Amino acid sequence: MSDTPFNYKITAFNTIVWKEVRRFLRIWVQTLVPPVITISLYFVIFGNLIGRRIGDMDGYTYMEFIVPGLIMMAVINNSYANVVSSFFSQKYQRSIEELLVSPVPNYVILSGFVIGGVARGLAVGVIATIMSLFFSGLHMHNIFITLMVVLMSSIVFSLGGFINAIFANKFDDISIIPTFVLTPLIYLGGVFYSIDMLPDFWRTISQLNPIFYMVNAFRYGILGVSDINVLFAFSMLVIFTVVLFFLSLWLLHRGRGLRH
Amino acid sequence: MTVEEVDDNCVGFLFAIMVGRFYSSKCFCMTPAICIQDLHKTYDNGFQALKGISLDVQEGDFFALLGANGAGKSTTIGVLSTLVRKSSGLVQVFGKDVGSNSYETKLSLGLVPQEVNFNHFEKVFDIVVTQGGYYGLPMKLAKERAERYLTQLGLWDKNQQQARNLSGGMKRRLLIARALVHEPRLLLLDEPTAGVDIELRRSTWEFLQEINRNGTTIVLTTHYLEEAENLCRNIAMIDAGEIVVNTSMKDLLKKLHQEHFVLDIRGELDNAPVLQGFGCELLDASTLEVGLESHQNLNDVFDALQSLGIEVKSMRNKSNRLEQLFLSLLKKPEAKAASEITVEA
Repeated sequence: MSDTPFNYKITAFNTIVWKEVRRFLRIWVQTLVPPVITISLYFVIFGNLIGRRIGDMDGYTYMEFIVPGLIMMAVINNSYANVVSSFFSQKYQRSIEELLVSPVPNYVILSGFVIGGVARGLAVGVIATIMSLFFSGLHMHNIFITLMVVLMSSIVFSLGGFINAIFANKFDDISIIPTFVLTPLIYLGGVFYSIDMLPDFWRTISQLNPIFYMVNAFRYGILGVSDINVLFAFSMLVIFTVVLFFLSLWLLHRGRGLRH
Repeated sequence: MTVEEVDDNCVGFLFAIMVGRFYSSKCFCMTPAICIQDLHKTYDNGFQALKGISLDVQEGDFFALLGANGAGKSTTIGVLSTLVRKSSGLVQVFGKDVGSNSYETKLSLGLVPQEVNFNHFEKVFDIVVTQGGYYGLPMKLAKERAERYLTQLGLWDKNQQQARNLSGGMKRRLLIARALVHEPRLLLLDEPTAGVDIELRRSTWEFLQEINRNGTTIVLTTHYLEEAENLCRNIAMIDAGEIVVNTSMKDLLKKLHQEHFVLDIRGELDNAPVLQGFGCELLDASTLEVGLESHQNLNDVFDALQSLGIEVKSMRNKSNRLEQLFLSLLKKPEAKAASEITVEA
């Protein structure tokens, strides 16, 4: 829709983002409280109780080592969950038709949902960071890298949630990917350990996991230690973002599950 | 310039008449609001919903699309609103192809879908304001319009309630308020009063007539044939994916060759009276049914009854006229030629 005025697109984009933010704030007990409880338990059990027996890792206490990974885990899970549940709910209730019949270009629809997911991901990330202050001091090796990594990771998983929602036909379908794909990738992505601890074979396998790059780049931004080259991690994030964005846009354009 | 201003000037007078006719004619030199030509739609499961329909709707019209369930009404509305992709054919709104996904085309459309499709957990006010945002309205204007249309549709006192708490009729009126917030030139209503009680239905009709008078073109699909008869100036009937009639409501109703009236009489009769030139049947001892051809008039019936000493207390149509015609059309494949319609009552 090349004839669409720029101001119109901005208004439509703001409307979608605000609607998404309003949604997760309205159901804050389902969206903001559970991550706080989960993260607190991780800090208490893994960081504090078990961590004391594990000792230092890469020159930091175990608690300090896992804080970046746990924050990133919260951001990833919530960005993904926000978009997949919001978009699928709208598809299921058919309220997405409000948008489909309107003149909003597809890339504005996609961007609006993604930024809505990023908003929840970052909100939970900030809450998790504040929670971590009760258990560990706040390090900040490079704030630019930290913010960029968390932002891009949030975008990548918001896009992932969008694709999941496009393909989902029933509510079960929006929990399959988080349970069987996302959670294993997060746990095997170096949140709780350094891949230096793994045998060569599993170390190589770990490098196929996109979350591994995000966690390590984020840990580098906070602590200054990483299992991989940060520039390479950034490159991977950019590639994932571009590929998933255009895949999402193509699916939206095709109207899969949306238009008949 | 008006005709009165130039009545002493012959040339000017003729010119004024021509100008007047130019502006008073809805069809002349105007792009139709909707132009559909040879539209086909076959769904992925092989169901052929539309088999080459063609119809035009002029700007400012109040147009009815009638048909049974599965006839193709909603598919037609779906294609116009881009929710359904056509298989082939031409579909234009105000002269622009809807497939081009044009900003202007979509901006000119408002859709009231058959099924309630807003987020039930959102507040009524937010649903309408958000829709305004999708159509580029600044927040202040969207809020003003939301208040205006919710008030006009009798929903303002519910504006801070979650939509799920509204009654069925209120939900349908919320769909109308939502569709109007960007003030579209063309409003598509897919069975807007389904499940709405009579009082609300009539107030919704009045509201729709008002916005139509203010210039909004309205296309309505409905099961309530009385609704189409009361509201619409032009009508198309669709059956099994094909248009069987496309004409003005007035012309369509003229094609009814016979109309039946039920008369409640004072006193009781044993047999039906013989009325010269009219079919007459005794439904029960104090109720008569009289059939009139289109060229006959009721005064003659009353005169004939009076001459037999029969007094009429009250009278009503036997059934909805349009309904008779509709059923007749759908039963007869040859009825596609509207001029040949004869209703067997």
